[in-house]
Amino acid sequence: MKCSAVISNLIQNVRCQKHTLLATRAASALLVLMIALSGHAYAQRIAITGGQVHTMSSKGVIEGGTVLIEDGTIKQVLSGVAVPAGYTEIDATGKVVSPGFIGALTNLGLVEVSMSAGVNDSRVNAHAVSTVGAAYDVQYAINTDSTLIGVTRLEGFTSAATGLGSTGQLFDGQGAFISLSTDFNSVLKSHAFMHVDLSSSGADKVGDSRAALWVALYQSLEEALYVQSNPITPSWEWFGMISRADATALVKVVSGEMPLLVTANRANDILQVLALKERFSDLQLALVSASDGWRVAQQIAAANVAVVLSPEENLPGQFDRLGATLQNAARLHAAGVELSIGIETHNARLAPQHAGNAVANGLPHSVALAALTINPAKLYGVDDIVGSLEAGKQADIVIWSGDPLEVTQAAEMVFIKGESMTMQSRQTKLRDRYLHRDVSKPAGYSQ
Amino acid sequence: MYTLSTPKLLLSLVVSSLLLSACSDNESAKQIALDKNNPFPSTYQRIESAPIVITNVTILDGIGNKIEEGEVLLKNGKISAFGIGVPVPPDAIEIDGTGKWLTPGIIDNHSHLGVYASPGTSSHADGNEMTGPVTAEVWAEHSLWPQDPGFGRALAGGVTSLQILPGSANLFGGRSVVVKNLPSRTMQDMKFPEAPYGIKMACGENPKRVYGEKGGPMTRMANVAGYRKAWIEAQAYQQTWSDYEAGAKDGKAPMRDLRLETLAGVLDGDIIVHMHCYRADEMAIMMDVMKEFNYQIGTFHHAVEAYKIADKLAENNVCSAMWADWWGFKMEAYDGIRENVPMVHQAGACAIVHSDDAIGIQRLNQEAAKAWSDGVRAGIDISQADAWRWLSANPAKSLGIFEHTGSIEKGKNADVVLWSGDPFSSYTQAEKVFIDGAMVYDRADPESWPVSDFELGQIAQGDAK
Repeated sequence: MKCSAVISNLIQNVRCQKHTLLATRAASALLVLMIALSGHAYAQRIAITGGQVHTMSSKGVIEGGTVLIEDGTIKQVLSGVAVPAGYTEIDATGKVVSPGFIGALTNLGLVEVSMSAGVNDSRVNAHAVSTVGAAYDVQYAINTDSTLIGVTRLEGFTSAATGLGSTGQLFDGQGAFISLSTDFNSVLKSHAFMHVDLSSSGADKVGDSRAALWVALYQSLEEALYVQSNPITPSWEWFGMISRADATALVKVVSGEMPLLVTANRANDILQVLALKERFSDLQLALVSASDGWRVAQQIAAANVAVVLSPEENLPGQFDRLGATLQNAARLHAAGVELSIGIETHNARLAPQHAGNAVANGLPHSVALAALTINPAKLYGVDDIVGSLEAGKQADIVIWSGDPLEVTQAAEMVFIKGESMTMQSRQTKLRDRYLHRDVSKPAGYSQ
Repeated sequence: MYTLSTPKLLLSLVVSSLLLSACSDNESAKQIALDKNNPFPSTYQRIESAPIVITNVTILDGIGNKIEEGEVLLKNGKISAFGIGVPVPPDAIEIDGTGKWLTPGIIDNHSHLGVYASPGTSSHADGNEMTGPVTAEVWAEHSLWPQDPGFGRALAGGVTSLQILPGSANLFGGRSVVVKNLPSRTMQDMKFPEAPYGIKMACGENPKRVYGEKGGPMTRMANVAGYRKAWIEAQAYQQTWSDYEAGAKDGKAPMRDLRLETLAGVLDGDIIVHMHCYRADEMAIMMDVMKEFNYQIGTFHHAVEAYKIADKLAENNVCSAMWADWWGFKMEAYDGIRENVPMVHQAGACAIVHSDDAIGIQRLNQEAAKAWSDGVRAGIDISQADAWRWLSANPAKSLGIFEHTGSIEKGKNADVVLWSGDPFSSYTQAEKVFIDGAMVYDRADPESWPVSDFELGQIAQGDAK
């Protein structure tokens, strides 16, 4: 599903809802929109000047360009330095300017501490509402107060796809695309993707064999296809394998409204994934991990299927990843596959580091940057809002001390919707408490 | 950092063997005794190589110095000379280092390669003896599978030596082993000949979680009770042997106890303590336990909160082996910060960058680079030359092998890495890796890339990994 470009992501969020709760959500979203528009940030006009601007658009890289921000939106991207009247100038000479990075596949907003620390909303223990895991929906679970949001923002990330890490069932539920701003309303798009693991680890939890896993998958999608043309009502008897709630979710998948992200590594598994399109022609597929993807890169490219990967994975961790190599990203790209990089949650900064390593292993630098910005935006159908520096897009912008893929460089200023974000996090506060400790008092007295 | 005391345990075994042995020859008896104390001796042999000289290269010697446009001569397995104007023997192989950097080989003092090998099947889970909280009797070297493809990957990342540790489920997890990263047929072929043993201990959540419902410990207080109880038993064991040595009782040797033998080895100063510990308050308690029983903790591993007590770590001469940025995967890792390593260094304590990970071990130079640059941005002024201590010299000290490796100094083992450029960069790669003076990895030559038995005959055998 791609929503038409509209003024605000908040309105967009409302437009994108095609199911129940529409009225309630619309009202609340509009309320938030009104509050937001009255805020200080939206009145600001900012000109970021002099930087090396990576637009991630057809304008490419502009040396010494200017990005004009007005009311939270990018107004213009110019070659050369120009500061119109009424604009506050931020001099980025000698710096790099890029769109805010996008967490390609995360659990952000769903987890604080992963293990033995209370409810972790990125995991589901099977519940009766779902028999195959498709129904679970993280949009209700996002905690914008999570300290991970601030930590991640400091690394130059401004938005992210977030979803469940595990359900123990066939599908890992429906993910959302969120902003990493300080606003309560962070969901830019709900039902942004459905995830299913068809690798060895997926088979592990579904019958302990691909022979069961794939039949369960086909059966689920067949039932969804049926329900697509025969909508279930509460009074209607339903004897399908998937639950009613699963069916509702999977209809969006078989109709192509919601992309289906499929973890697969072995070449045969990847080809099986591509073959799903023969039966379910509207599926919007993307591959996740795809360790051995380079072996069938031509087929992936021909099917126009994007890949989300961790390019550092080069070990035969399982028997379905024997071909894992640091060359995977470069080889997939050479075949014409569109890449998104970064499957991280607590340590988002590993994504640009590993993208840089992929560059050292043959991936063009511009492609590595695209894999952290415009490509994930396209994958989740939010490229009309984020992912590049173009007029009309949300002003999610980062000023870097230098090349953002270089481990020794860092984000210096982060803007979300045109607002300059705090560069403090819980981590920087811990650092500062102990770096500048007043030894005459217990540490708890300095903050 | 470690001065290994005269090994009392060894002495006691010598005595016992003398008494028990039928041999009248003192030399034979001693031989038996040594074998008893070192029953799995190293069979490592360096690869012979012609002298190698690397010229016009930027050198970080690993102990704080940087030399531009220098030369390094590797000969007979050792660093024969380095600096400016090094005389080159006529038979030396010359490698042009223009634009490149040379550093000591990276030493990872926290790895589970071989004991949690790839593929990560349950049949390869050989690192945690989760059958009881005190398993000081197990030795990681008996689990180590030298065909783990991870060794070769780590070599391509410039790792020349590494410590393989048992996992952290137990209060006492067992002995570690230090190996040279030259994948071979047997563990003994890789074993670092001069390295002392280490013991893995663990604080905090892991023992609690594993044993909380299996008879305990289920709390941190029971963890500490568990360490103290074990040390008391070890002291008693030491006493039994010293009584015996002093000729007490009827002259019959006490029965060996593998668990207590290892613990007594720690109290004797022969075995180095490597303690998994995240929280500052727990590390402080462990340093008190250390004083109570008069042993030395060599290194706190992970030490996510080391920055909070860096002064105390310096005072107590305990190293911290840390990640650049891992945090939040459990409560005791919640207070992780990016500047942990440089803050520990700044306090004058021994800072180490470790991996604990088969992927992370391949780019430890970048992990150090992140920590270094985060420190600089926070106002902690450390040179790159000093920061390299975190990767070679300090881990070598923590393993008790610094007199052999871990820095570029004349006479040390020629364990060095030639990098394609500044190793504090995402784009720089290890081009050539040397162990004991032989080139054991050359990025430009696929024939030099190690392929483990496991990978032979599989898809992508010999591919660039």
